[in-house]
Amino acid sequence: MAPLSDAPDAPALASDTLRESIVDTLRSRLGDAIVDVKLVPGVDLWVRVRTDAWRDAGLALRDMGFHYFCFLSAIDWMPSPYGRGEDDPTAPPPERKTEIVQGYTGGETRFQVFARLTDLERHVGITIKADVADVVDAADGDHVIDSWVTNYAGANWHERECHEMFGIRFAGHPDLRNMYLPTDFEGHPLRKDFPLLARHVKPWPGIVDVEPLPDEGDDAAAGEGASDD
Amino acid sequence: MTDLVDRQKLSYIAAQAADARLNVELETEGMTLNIGPQHPATHGTLRIIVRLDGEQVVWADPGAGYMHRGYEKLTEVRTFPQVTTLINRIDWLGSFANEVPFILAAEQLMDIEAPPRAQWIRTILFELSRIANVSLFLGDLGVQLGAITPVFMAFRDREYVLNLIEGATGGRFHPNFDRIGGLKDDLPKGWIDETRQVMKKLRNFCDEIENLLFGNKIFQDRTRGIGVIPPAVALQYGMSGANLRASGIDWDLRRDQRIALAYDKVDFKVWTHPDGDSFARCWIRLQETREATKIVDQLLDGIPSGPVMAKVPRIIKVPAGEAWVSTENPLGEMGYYVVSQGELGPFRVKIRTASFNNISIVPWVLRGVYVPDIITILASLYFILGDIDK
Amino acid sequence: MGLVDKGRMPKPLASLFNLGRSYSLWVYQWGLACCAIEMGAAFGSPRYDVMRLGVIPLPASPRQADLVVISGTVTDKMAPAIKRLYEQMPEPKYVISMGSCANCGGPYWDSYSVTKGVDQIIPVDVYVPGCPPRPEALLEGVVLLQQRIKNEDMGARWRGEGYKPLLGKGQPQPIVVGGGPVE
Repeated sequence: MAPLSDAPDAPALASDTLRESIVDTLRSRLGDAIVDVKLVPGVDLWVRVRTDAWRDAGLALRDMGFHYFCFLSAIDWMPSPYGRGEDDPTAPPPERKTEIVQGYTGGETRFQVFARLTDLERHVGITIKADVADVVDAADGDHVIDSWVTNYAGANWHERECHEMFGIRFAGHPDLRNMYLPTDFEGHPLRKDFPLLARHVKPWPGIVDVEPLPDEGDDAAAGEGASDD
Repeated sequence: MTDLVDRQKLSYIAAQAADARLNVELETEGMTLNIGPQHPATHGTLRIIVRLDGEQVVWADPGAGYMHRGYEKLTEVRTFPQVTTLINRIDWLGSFANEVPFILAAEQLMDIEAPPRAQWIRTILFELSRIANVSLFLGDLGVQLGAITPVFMAFRDREYVLNLIEGATGGRFHPNFDRIGGLKDDLPKGWIDETRQVMKKLRNFCDEIENLLFGNKIFQDRTRGIGVIPPAVALQYGMSGANLRASGIDWDLRRDQRIALAYDKVDFKVWTHPDGDSFARCWIRLQETREATKIVDQLLDGIPSGPVMAKVPRIIKVPAGEAWVSTENPLGEMGYYVVSQGELGPFRVKIRTASFNNISIVPWVLRGVYVPDIITILASLYFILGDIDK
Repeated sequence: MGLVDKGRMPKPLASLFNLGRSYSLWVYQWGLACCAIEMGAAFGSPRYDVMRLGVIPLPASPRQADLVVISGTVTDKMAPAIKRLYEQMPEPKYVISMGSCANCGGPYWDSYSVTKGVDQIIPVDVYVPGCPPRPEALLEGVVLLQQRIKNEDMGARWRGEGYKPLLGKGQPQPIVVGGGPVE
């Protein structure tokens, strides 16, 4: 990671011993619910917990001093089947990766929720992740995980946004309706298989080759014929 | 100062109790009032549905999403430099400040550090965008409480700052000046002296506003003791910036976080206020604007020389990884969680905006307040719709 | 006056009325996003004062407004409100679409929640391109609109035929600041 300013005794610098002690305290509270840890010394800390321990992990962190609730959201790890929507419609469709590769601290499912909390006393933050069940809940048709509303009151709006954008249902949330989109909006926009239709209706203007100048057209054809061996 | 707040608080609570008794006696029906989305007093297209019992709010529900443009989805189909162009427009008043955390996150993933001169100029432009943003807040504050004059003064003095930003970057708004690895260009000749003059003018503006608005008895009566947010609640909702410091919590990301900007080279004071009411929030922003002008003066004195751009490949492919960077933006804490998988563009960008968290407290804070105070509280919480709705 | 109601208006009188109308526009500013700040700078700051052109901001309600400046991104959620407020304005009314978001969707042309241009909802008279357009560009748009109003056939508007030019080779189609056709 990039070295930041070179003051070794800056008071706001959190050293790795601090982050390691946080991991140890968390392990003693949650036990084997912690699946994976990634600690980059001096930079940041990522922890992944088991899906059923999501709410307990939030509570444990809150009791450990992480009172500041930064945000809560989700990631869809499936590679987009549409790429960046800049395909030439006259060319055959390109090969795309379909394997799901998760990022830091790994994962086993397509969706993961993650949250960021900060401890204002010790000037340190933590990113905590959890897999969301791949098996769709038969009753509602949504992926389900526990809600954090009892841990942090601010999680209310973040979970509403996450629900409408990804389709993840938060069990125990009092009022899970749409945050940004109209109530009759169909689909979950931030899923990778949700297409941006404007890019499909009209081909991206950047693909098309620049038109040749009037007197260059014949020369280009002649040149092409000559260079084709 | 605290005596006034206690007395006012007690009289407010007594009035609310009297009204509640009256409402019970008269058996009034509740009324649902719809404020917005187009309303002269809200800062943009925010719709708030309140259910009233007499003059008191029983239940409030902000309806956001009238400016939802789908940023997080759009970043997935753009390259890194194209994303920089787009994210300028999230917090559209202090727009340079939006680019900085994203660029810093991309630099963290690429393991590049911008040269010192670029970091200093970034910090100067960051503080200038803070001044541009908050000076309009001070003007709008007057308008929302009924005093129309300050907004013209705010627009007038903001023009000086926009002139400076335009001189350095070419755009009054949405400069799109930050690049991965540094800045697009160096400062023009004479810009530093011009900036010093403008900072003096801005300090005069702050004094004018303090005299005109903050010393006014009507302003004091309308804002003291209104919308008190205790510190524990503020932390739960993730409020940040001046709203958090107005509840007494001493937290400023410029001082408390090591980041590749030049804040550790300057001295500045972090203002807090113990009351947590609307007056505290407004007052802190005024002090912070003054403080920002002093920071800019200090920074101008010590800009190092050198290049403004590090060696970066022409086509930027950011290696796979995840990075979170947040900065103390004019509205609060704004951060980007950038997930990259080694492509030309990001895989997922989670934009953490300050106003989203600041406004999520509205259902809690508006319970029991009177109708005119709704606007006061919203004005003091200070949001930008693009910041809430992304 | 009875002449206007019956749809007959002698040209010199129409020109005189047009002159008066074009210099007394009451603007209903529909400020949505970043362009709203530039519009505020054009209307509120003493540097780009718009009142010298005879255009006054801040009517109390859309029922008193002549001109609406739609500035900023129009989302699908907001579109019905725009339509409703446009219908509340009395005739003759004019629309200036300010900024590329209101013209055609702008930088969010591929978004799932943005209306690609306000002209999908209401008819537009003047397009002011830019992101955001400078306040001077908005003033240019206002001046071009005033020229367009001066050349308007009031009788045609009262008969419900929309904008028709009065004299000579007027342009019935909308104007773009900076020239160029509207595609």
